[in-house]
Amino acid sequence: MDAAHSLPPATYGLLAEFDDPTALVAAARRAHEAGYRRLDTFSPFPIEEAWEAIGHHDRRLSLIVLAGGIAGLLTGIGLQEWVHQLAYPINIAGKPLNSWPQFVPVTFELTILFASIAAVLGMIVLNGLPQPYHPVFNVPRFELASRDKFFLLVESTDPKFDREKTLDFLKGLNASEINEVEP
Amino acid sequence: MINVRPATYTPPPLIEPGHTIGSISDKISNVVLGGRTPLTWFIVVSIGFMIMGMLGMAITWLLLKGTGVWGVNIPVGWGFAIINFVWWIGIGHAGTLISAILLLLKQGWRTSINRFAEGMTIFAVMCAGLFPLIHTGRPWLAAYWLFPYPNSMSIWPQFRSPLIWDVFAVSTYFTVSLLFWYVGLIPDLATLRDKAKHPAVKVAYGMLALGWRGSARHWQRYEHIYLLLAGLSTPLVLSVHTVVSFDFAIGIIPGWHATIFPPYFVAGAIYAGFAMVLTLAIPLRKVYGLEDFITMRHLENMGKVTLVTGLIVGYGYTSEAFFGWYSANKYEGFMIWNRMTGPYWYMYWTLILCNIVTPQLLWIRAVRTSALGLFCVAMVVNVGMWLERFVIVVTSLHRDFLPSSWGMYYPTIWDWMTFIGTIGMFVTLFFLFVRFLPMISIFEMRTMAPEAKLSESEGH
Repeated sequence: MDAAHSLPPATYGLLAEFDDPTALVAAARRAHEAGYRRLDTFSPFPIEEAWEAIGHHDRRLSLIVLAGGIAGLLTGIGLQEWVHQLAYPINIAGKPLNSWPQFVPVTFELTILFASIAAVLGMIVLNGLPQPYHPVFNVPRFELASRDKFFLLVESTDPKFDREKTLDFLKGLNASEINEVEP
Repeated sequence: MINVRPATYTPPPLIEPGHTIGSISDKISNVVLGGRTPLTWFIVVSIGFMIMGMLGMAITWLLLKGTGVWGVNIPVGWGFAIINFVWWIGIGHAGTLISAILLLLKQGWRTSINRFAEGMTIFAVMCAGLFPLIHTGRPWLAAYWLFPYPNSMSIWPQFRSPLIWDVFAVSTYFTVSLLFWYVGLIPDLATLRDKAKHPAVKVAYGMLALGWRGSARHWQRYEHIYLLLAGLSTPLVLSVHTVVSFDFAIGIIPGWHATIFPPYFVAGAIYAGFAMVLTLAIPLRKVYGLEDFITMRHLENMGKVTLVTGLIVGYGYTSEAFFGWYSANKYEGFMIWNRMTGPYWYMYWTLILCNIVTPQLLWIRAVRTSALGLFCVAMVVNVGMWLERFVIVVTSLHRDFLPSSWGMYYPTIWDWMTFIGTIGMFVTLFFLFVRFLPMISIFEMRTMAPEAKLSESEGH
């Protein structure tokens, strides 16, 4: 491990290009079946089959959003009860200090607010964004990944990665073009 | 032998045939990067910006002189500020309805219109938010009235008041709409980054795109939270106008104190919002030649939603009148009679003409499938919804329980300048958005192209 870290690999990985989503998903499935694990696909729109093919499914965001919602709920209840019972108790129209039904709207809004912020920040953080530099951007044709081309990346850190063998393997997947990604 | 087959209906396609993933990407991003801005854009933004300047003048005068420059008085302590606030907030409801509720209902046609409807929402809520801020003439004091923060006076907002609920509802709605809009924009900003030629433009879009590269791992989390945000926004959008209606319904004024208010306000908001989406979509698709993406089917569907919500609003008016009579309360009965025959009778009957009578034209297919017809109906509804708020606010307040406290409300020139000024602000912001950001969601439109579907034989 230490040796591998002190000597950076000469390549980040191999990037195969495909013309349509069907070819990409088929290739990703075969690469995963062949034992490659450090895979990624790039597409101009979300393809459910693509992340299933590379064996990726991250469910943590559900819990993060739930935690955000609970935090908002507790903030709403805590803030209003504290303000009206402890910090600044005033008698309004003879209502009890703990007139909790009137605290529902603000509590509801804060629940939604915190859950939504948790969702967006959670997505950005788990995705490692913002990330202005990534090695795949070194491939000139990669700018088509945001237009109409589909890419499959096999990273060189994959234990099964071998420059020649992986290149031959990718050639057998009907890729329209294969590029080496500079680190 | 008679071959009996069930009748089948194939809806018209959501985008005109012949488009590919690439051509969709190019066509929408060329509106921003194509380098040729239509002359119409310059004319509209110039006019909008001038009108926005008038808003600046009106607000400056208000801050110098105080709310005495407005037409509000006692008994009509709530005038244009709340009328315009409710009108703009209502318009702001269609965006989230289209992006969240229609997403959950799997209505594919929303894809062509959700982006600019979300933009419309954000700008409409900004216009709306201006009025509560300035309505006291002392906006610098609003901070401690509205937001709970530890201040040197050790006082806190009054959370039992619907006005504070409103602050939380509207600011939450604005924040969540902005997040939803921005999240939807990230992949499209990456497209603009990759297509831009000028290095400065590339850097600007690149920073906004956060380095998005379309990775499957990113898309999975992205789709996950997009769905969650839609689920969170759905109750939110319904709660916002409900809370706005509480501003009235919690009060004891006849004409406000009605349990029909929350659903009737929500329906009215969707009604106003769809009318405004039509008002914006019909000229835009013409100016930018986007008829391939915003097809007649989209316009017709929006016409149908407008008609249905208009009928719910009609039910609201009817039940208000019915309760006025059935409650056997003389103040309620007088309120509705005064609304129909009192000094503001022409406002009420114009409202009925605009909001109830005119939209019945949408039953006719020829009107629903004519861009001009829909545009005219939508404009009438925009006016009608403003009149509705005027009628609710002014006719309820100006003659309440004691005849000795009756009065009249006349808006001043500064009221009108502020109101029309916010329309200028809305137009300016909206057209700047159209110029600098993709007005149709590119990545979602790509999924509409035929080749975006996985072919079954290889897919599984």
